[in-house]
Amino acid sequence: MTQSFRMKPPMGEDNGWWWQQAAEGNLAIQRCTACSTLRHPPRPMCGECQSLEWDHVVASGRGTLDSFTILHHPQFPGFDYPLIIILVQLEEGTRITSQLINCSEDTVEFGMPVEMVMHEDPDGFRLPMFQPVRGANA
Amino acid sequence: MSHFLKNKAAIAGIGLTEFSKKSGVSELSLAAQATLAACQDAGLHPSAIDGFVSYTLDSTDEIELARAVGAGDLKLFTKVNYGGGAAVGTILHAVMAVATGVADNVICYRAMNGRSGQRMGQGISGQIVSSDLVHWSWYMPYGMLTPGSWIAMIANKYMQHYGVTAEDLGRVAISQRNYAQSNPRSFFHGKPLTMEDYLASKMIADPLRLYDFCQETDGGCAILVTSAERARDLQQKPAIIRGVVQASTRGQEQMTSYYRDELDSLPEMEMAARLVYEQSGLGPNDINAACLYDAFTSEVIMQLESFGFCGRGEGKDMVREGALDIDGRLPNNTHGGLLSEAYIHGMNSIAEGARLVRGTSTSQPEGVEHVLVSSGVGVPTGALILGRD
Repeated sequence: MTQSFRMKPPMGEDNGWWWQQAAEGNLAIQRCTACSTLRHPPRPMCGECQSLEWDHVVASGRGTLDSFTILHHPQFPGFDYPLIIILVQLEEGTRITSQLINCSEDTVEFGMPVEMVMHEDPDGFRLPMFQPVRGANA
Repeated sequence: MSHFLKNKAAIAGIGLTEFSKKSGVSELSLAAQATLAACQDAGLHPSAIDGFVSYTLDSTDEIELARAVGAGDLKLFTKVNYGGGAAVGTILHAVMAVATGVADNVICYRAMNGRSGQRMGQGISGQIVSSDLVHWSWYMPYGMLTPGSWIAMIANKYMQHYGVTAEDLGRVAISQRNYAQSNPRSFFHGKPLTMEDYLASKMIADPLRLYDFCQETDGGCAILVTSAERARDLQQKPAIIRGVVQASTRGQEQMTSYYRDELDSLPEMEMAARLVYEQSGLGPNDINAACLYDAFTSEVIMQLESFGFCGRGEGKDMVREGALDIDGRLPNNTHGGLLSEAYIHGMNSIAEGARLVRGTSTSQPEGVEHVLVSSGVGVPTGALILGRD
């Protein structure tokens, strides 16, 4: 297996399942089975109704850019700079922090529609990234 | 009804080490030097110290420091979490102890080889799965490894929403750099900043440039808190603690509160403002000078709104009017701040707050009655109001 530059998330009880879903190609959103509130990032208890019971839904992967930053420095090995980091408002209503790919830094803008692409590192680790929706606001 | 903590305690001593990029001594040594300096400033022997409060990020444990300086028996030893968010929180813990009689003379300290030793934003890694590590792991795999990257996401949204420009951020950097010119402790002493220099500085995490970032510093700072009554018998003019609070809001994360309804305000700072004004019985109109936490320039502009010095989106207008300068409405970070003096995690800004009340700042505005000091931005935080006796 190829050694990867990427800092891997520790896989605990509260978050490991989400990365397992990503490994299977899914962008998951945790859902409280008692009150149906969606939450991200995952937590063991529902802050709305205090239920410990949850399942998840698979997100459509579509959303819009709520905010972004373009990272130039410091440059960590393995990442491509400028690195566009985004905050996506998913159409299901939760937000997720991720990376925007297949987009130049000059064309990234607030509110742009994006869609999820499951990125796979050479060592097989998968994590959701996003790209501009093709043909959108053209 | 008067709040229980109001006017019960005071800052009676402040102590600093030299600030540098390479101290050549241990962090324990810096903490001990700062503590001794605070005791000497107050005119109190270290053996009278019976409490220590610091940051969870500080490497020096309370009893190590107690042995080093020859402190007495300790009745209070505690550390406050969340990086720079701990700053005035340490004062709150000291004030609670002093006001309740738990301890008499408490040292709050922060000592760090922040440049030559462990630098901030070097990332984390480890085998233990704690809730804190899981938190950071939503960001670090994507290359968001530094405080600048976390803060830029909020700064960009805020600036876009309210039309805040690069020049506005530059104005904050320049105002504080100007103060640094009269402060020999300041890293940027003798190095003024022009708007041209600012705009030409390296883009780090768009929209934040190099000069939007604070320093990395080796140094220590200690604050001696005692009862207002005892402080009056010591050798410095006391800085009376009118109000001091901690604040963390619903949906709070460390640095990355990206999932709350609003992304272009600081809910925890608004909460700190509400609480500290309530406790002190004061309002924004009573505040004559401030040390608003400034790890990044954007945070200063946002806090002007959080603390009610202007309305939402009007922070930039205050900055354009020169409000933060020595002759402005709210002289801010008159020591140069974390941007231009040194980054001692906000402890050095509490020291400046005490100086402003004493009338001994190297850039002392006229007629300072009350000074506001805030803790770290984007993290669980706090606020402190100091007043003249």
